[in-house]
Amino acid sequence: MSKFKKVLLLGSGALKIGQAGEFDYSGSQALKALSEEGIETVLINPNIATVQTSEGVADSVYLLPVTPYFVEKVIEKERPDGIMLTFGGQTALNCGVELDRSGVLEKYGVKVLGTPVRAIVDTEDRDAFARRMEEIGVSIIRSHAVDSVEAARKAAGEIGYPVILRSAYALGGLGSGFCNDEAELDIQAGKAFAYSPQVLVEKSLKGWKEVEYEVVRDCYDNCITVCNMENFDPLGIHTGESIVVAPCQTLNNHDINLLRDTAIRIVRHLGIIGECNVQYGYDPDSDDYRVIEVNARLSRSSALASKATGYPLAFIAAKLGLGYGLFELTNAVTKCTPAFFEPALDYIVCKIPRWDLRKFHGVSRKIGSSMKSVGEVMAIGRNFEEALQKGLRMIGQGAHGFVMNKAAAPDDLDSALREPDDTRIFAIAQALSAGYTIERIHELTKIDAWFLHKLRNIFDTGLELSRYEDCRELPDQLLLQAKRQGFSDHQIARAIYKEGFDAEPDQDRVREWRKSRGIVPRVKQIDTLAAEFPARTNYLYLTYNGNFDDILYEDDGKSVIVLGSGAYRIGSSVEFDWCSVTALQTIRKAGWRGVMINYNPETVSTDYDICDRLYFEELTLERVLDICELEHPHGTVVSVGGQIPNNLAVRLDAHKVPILGTGASDIDRAEDRHKFSSIVDSLDIDQPQWMELTSRKELDGFIERVGYPVLIRPSYVLSGAAMHVCYDSSELDSYLSMAVEVSQQHPVVVSEFMQRCKEIEFDAVADSGKILAYAISEHVEFAGVHSGDATIVFPAQKIYLATMKRLKAIAGKIAGALHITGPFNIQFLAKENFVKVIECNLRASRSFPFVSKVSKVNMIELATQAMLREHPKPVHKDDFDFDYVGVKASQFSFARLLRADPVLGVDMASTGEAGCMGDDLNDALLKAVESVGYPVPDGPVLISSGDALQKADLLEACRLLAAKGYTIYATKGTQRHLSDNDIPAVRALWPDEESESLDLDYKTALELIRSRTVKMVINIPKNYTATELENGYKIRRAAVDFNVPLFTNARLATAFVKAFCTMSMDDISIKASDEFKLNT
Amino acid sequence: MNYSDFKKCTLELENGMVFPGYAFGALASARGETVFSTAMVGYPETLTDPSFEGQLLCVTYPLIGNYGVPAREVDGDGLHSTFESERIHVRALIISDLSFDYSHWSAAMSLDEWLWEQGIPGIWGVDTRRLTQVLRENGSMLGRLVQENGIAPDFEDPNATNLVAAASCSHVIRYREGAGKKVVLVDCGVKHNIIRCLLKTGVEVVRVPWDYDFNADKTMDDYDGLFISNGPGNPDLCETTVGHIREAMKRGRPIFGICMGNQLLAKAAGAKTYKLRYGHRGHNQPVRMADSEKCFITSQNHGFAVDETTLPDDWEPFFTNLNDGTNEGIRHSSKPFFSVQFHPEASSGPLDTMYLFNHFVSML
Repeated sequence: MSKFKKVLLLGSGALKIGQAGEFDYSGSQALKALSEEGIETVLINPNIATVQTSEGVADSVYLLPVTPYFVEKVIEKERPDGIMLTFGGQTALNCGVELDRSGVLEKYGVKVLGTPVRAIVDTEDRDAFARRMEEIGVSIIRSHAVDSVEAARKAAGEIGYPVILRSAYALGGLGSGFCNDEAELDIQAGKAFAYSPQVLVEKSLKGWKEVEYEVVRDCYDNCITVCNMENFDPLGIHTGESIVVAPCQTLNNHDINLLRDTAIRIVRHLGIIGECNVQYGYDPDSDDYRVIEVNARLSRSSALASKATGYPLAFIAAKLGLGYGLFELTNAVTKCTPAFFEPALDYIVCKIPRWDLRKFHGVSRKIGSSMKSVGEVMAIGRNFEEALQKGLRMIGQGAHGFVMNKAAAPDDLDSALREPDDTRIFAIAQALSAGYTIERIHELTKIDAWFLHKLRNIFDTGLELSRYEDCRELPDQLLLQAKRQGFSDHQIARAIYKEGFDAEPDQDRVREWRKSRGIVPRVKQIDTLAAEFPARTNYLYLTYNGNFDDILYEDDGKSVIVLGSGAYRIGSSVEFDWCSVTALQTIRKAGWRGVMINYNPETVSTDYDICDRLYFEELTLERVLDICELEHPHGTVVSVGGQIPNNLAVRLDAHKVPILGTGASDIDRAEDRHKFSSIVDSLDIDQPQWMELTSRKELDGFIERVGYPVLIRPSYVLSGAAMHVCYDSSELDSYLSMAVEVSQQHPVVVSEFMQRCKEIEFDAVADSGKILAYAISEHVEFAGVHSGDATIVFPAQKIYLATMKRLKAIAGKIAGALHITGPFNIQFLAKENFVKVIECNLRASRSFPFVSKVSKVNMIELATQAMLREHPKPVHKDDFDFDYVGVKASQFSFARLLRADPVLGVDMASTGEAGCMGDDLNDALLKAVESVGYPVPDGPVLISSGDALQKADLLEACRLLAAKGYTIYATKGTQRHLSDNDIPAVRALWPDEESESLDLDYKTALELIRSRTVKMVINIPKNYTATELENGYKIRRAAVDFNVPLFTNARLATAFVKAFCTMSMDDISIKASDEFKLNT
Repeated sequence: MNYSDFKKCTLELENGMVFPGYAFGALASARGETVFSTAMVGYPETLTDPSFEGQLLCVTYPLIGNYGVPAREVDGDGLHSTFESERIHVRALIISDLSFDYSHWSAAMSLDEWLWEQGIPGIWGVDTRRLTQVLRENGSMLGRLVQENGIAPDFEDPNATNLVAAASCSHVIRYREGAGKKVVLVDCGVKHNIIRCLLKTGVEVVRVPWDYDFNADKTMDDYDGLFISNGPGNPDLCETTVGHIREAMKRGRPIFGICMGNQLLAKAAGAKTYKLRYGHRGHNQPVRMADSEKCFITSQNHGFAVDETTLPDDWEPFFTNLNDGTNEGIRHSSKPFFSVQFHPEASSGPLDTMYLFNHFVSML
């Protein structure tokens, strides 16, 4: 059918806020759709941790930045006849539009499949969009495109405040915000123009409902709307920041079909072929609507819609791009009806964002028109109460549901309701508890009363439960009501046992009693047609709102359950999804039934194609036990989904759930700091000194022995501060007084902090304590930068052979002592001749996909085989055989985190990563660093280089820059230091020198950044004193806000400078992954 | 809201299956044919649709009552603008989760209050997915709603009686006399939105009872087109209407039928109809126009269908259901006669095929 032979697909690159794992899902689906047609596929995506960059998904994979330069290089080499732009988020779309504009696509005869570029531009350019919508009489928000702050002021004056500003062509609402007056507008406009030369000024419709439609159109002009969704939070809160339900709940037939019909008219008029998202504002008091925006590509919402309905939007969109009609394609769920239909749901889904704002210093926790969340969950239920409470538990930030949480009441409840932050949903619970009426809460939040009434149902049931003292006194009707409203056994137990509540035994007691009363969850299928047609679907959820199971279980002991990784968040992201998917594939290949439990709609692991049964469910003890009682599994894999399943291991084991691989007691011995430490001591392995302390006096004693700096990990946190390195006693004092309580109940763990040490990752697989395969990689940065933020090189390039041998020997001892079967990771510190163990996890680590793909040894496949007792043979690849290098760089999303200090430390801050391969370190590093948004500078560089040692560290880089002809701007001390070393540099003023105005010829650092005179900023924090942090902070923040690449680590900056001064862009190798071969 | 505050009741099927739940609306018993609809919105329109006469309706979407029920409004033509007829036609409503508290600017009361006012019982807390599967596997079944400690009525097959007679108007009603072209509308239980859609095109509508012999009425002899409406039950019980249509066909003026109208036109042409196992009820039914790539999402509500294989030579299929291949409309190969099994007037449902009204009027 297809006339295309070779098609290029653009991926979305590293995960960042506003553009996350959903594009791995959509890209993987599209590639599958193309492969099915016998079309050769080429993928460009530097995100090495994704499923789509794995072997067997695309025919050729280029781990390269998705930028016009690199894409053109690949086109030149591969000569594809088609290209797909709509499966890699805004990154791919922007790149594609640029390639079209510059004539590259025409030059090489590459046809854009699906929605034509013309239509994409019509949706992206606000003026063009407004014109197109006016042509068909569709109401939009009156929007003024302006190109200066002056013009923005004038437009706002005409429209009337409040207004919202948005940057055109920016992903996830970047640089957008509300302004109540001209002063606010001036600030906001400055930021918005940093992202785009065109900024839009619009009337704010705060308080309106926000509704989305997912529309599909084929080349025969046939249109369907696959899903509609309604935001729980009213307009004004970015849809990525909002709780969302599907389908719409508070709209009647007239509303639904008015918006549906309008969406179809829009999509037809624009000429979309494939998938498109239409967002509306909808008046809560009439049927007045405004189209907010149209996304002519797969989006986060379309991934959610796919998971919410079972309709594979990306797969279908890819087929439509090839010229199929919707009626010619099959419904993937029923397999007997066509893809031309609109799913009928018989459940409700609830999406809840996951924020990690506590991880950042100084960030504003308010949520609004710009996206800050790092992930999301989707919960399925047969009423809103059930779906919402499940979802709030899935978020994984300590909530047990809507009620029965240990939460401190906000100081000012009214403002907590009026000005939403990441915990507003719990402020509503507090308000109900404080006796607020639904009307009052609605007035403050503008959340539709329907949702609030449902929340009150939950609240009331909680109160009713609290009237009882023993679960055996609970009337069955009440217990059933609570379970149908999504109460967990934990919540019920807490309501009943109150102050005397003891989590583990009490929730077990409720569970046993409940089961004895016959109150158990039922398993239901997601079948796209509300049971109208028989469907052999394996896409499942559990509910208490039903009396029958949809599934007849085989009970043959052939099920192997894989526990997934939950919501994407800082520290746990797409890499664990790759691990989960790989484990499932291995399990199925070995003849077992692969069963997945996960609830993240942005993942491939929650694609029902990937496993034999998918439970879109909670990863709580209660729910995993429920599923195990249905499946009676042969075993459960807890070591590929990151920390969530790892933390469940011991409790699952206690409830007699068979754990595959390393035993639960051994996992506990690695997780428990005391137990692990004594094992390490007994094996005669060195580790940094540490102690668990309960008083300041003990703390001082310990520090006297080991000296500063020390790393402190509080076990109980008052203000949200996490791990911290203290360099002297004054810093320790202020940290302890501000953030951490030290007491008998709340001990802190303090360890010596070793400076200027190498940090080394040892990723490995063992079988019954014997290592089967391992990979040693090194950090570019010195220890002290969290391993999730560090730049990682594999194979390690600069480690002594003797050290390598030591590492391997130590890992072997630990594997033996802990009887490891499966994946594990050890982090080491190394300096000169010593090697110390700092951490050991008996599970797959973040770097498993990276080392697996670079080394071409699939370590998860091997680990899974070991766990299934297939006793795979050891695989050994000598590091000397690698004729290439892999580099993994971290992606930061500081730009979205208003006011956050973009400095790296012991706590992780990155939201994603890119991994690239190169002929040598420089080649790989340049690709990886550009992939995370730091292109080689084409103009001056601003440097402020920290303390003396760091200045010395940077000297070589500065020399190279100068030799290469770069103009260097430097702050006072750095400039002096460079002059002393005969490196020319222009002095730039620190922010606190500005008022002194030493010499009118000197530019201020901030000016240089704001005017984008400098193309790269290297700012190394000198120390942690208040003024330095203030001064440096302003520079760092300006770099982030004005989108100038920022380096805060001397080692990484040096490596990068060396790389681009040593080789030019033309020298960068353009090779597919399989062209990097081992020299054996 | 506590479960213990509600009276229990049960839905019993003729095969002996019992579905427990809680009572709402009128605390009464009910009996009829149990059917399911997969529409996710539109309960005020659906419940007042005369085609549901005699049926116990299970809604597969679990959250019902969210936006309440609008106030009763009658427009200048005497038609209900918020409902599809004067009253609720389903005999009982079967759902999973009921919103007692509703929220919508246009709502005047809750679904619970409305059913109570109209004397119609409801049952919530039912495993509606399971019930749907049972109906799918066994076909539509007779059922009865029994209140706790109440008396169980005997099962009764509503399709054995002429439901059209009950749903149709009792006398001729004229809308916008002299407005334009004249359309005679045979009311087999017409939805008000069909009349509204016709009037919107600028025609005059003469609504006649299902068994009215319009061919013999001199006052409507000059009609420009004939419309045959939707309606409940078994088309085989409407032979009188079929006879009138057959007579009208001889005059060659345009004919348009919807739903029951499709079946009656087919019968008048000489084709046969049959009962579907469990019918089509929902807003997501895909149809394809014959000999084209044109597909539409349609609103449907029918238990009987036209047997395409029995169509005479000068008739052809107009639309076909993409899910199960059943007939969704017929047309005459040369004369201006056509009909569709789905509901272009929507209300409730998608508006994709609304253009058929203009198509009909353009033929007049």
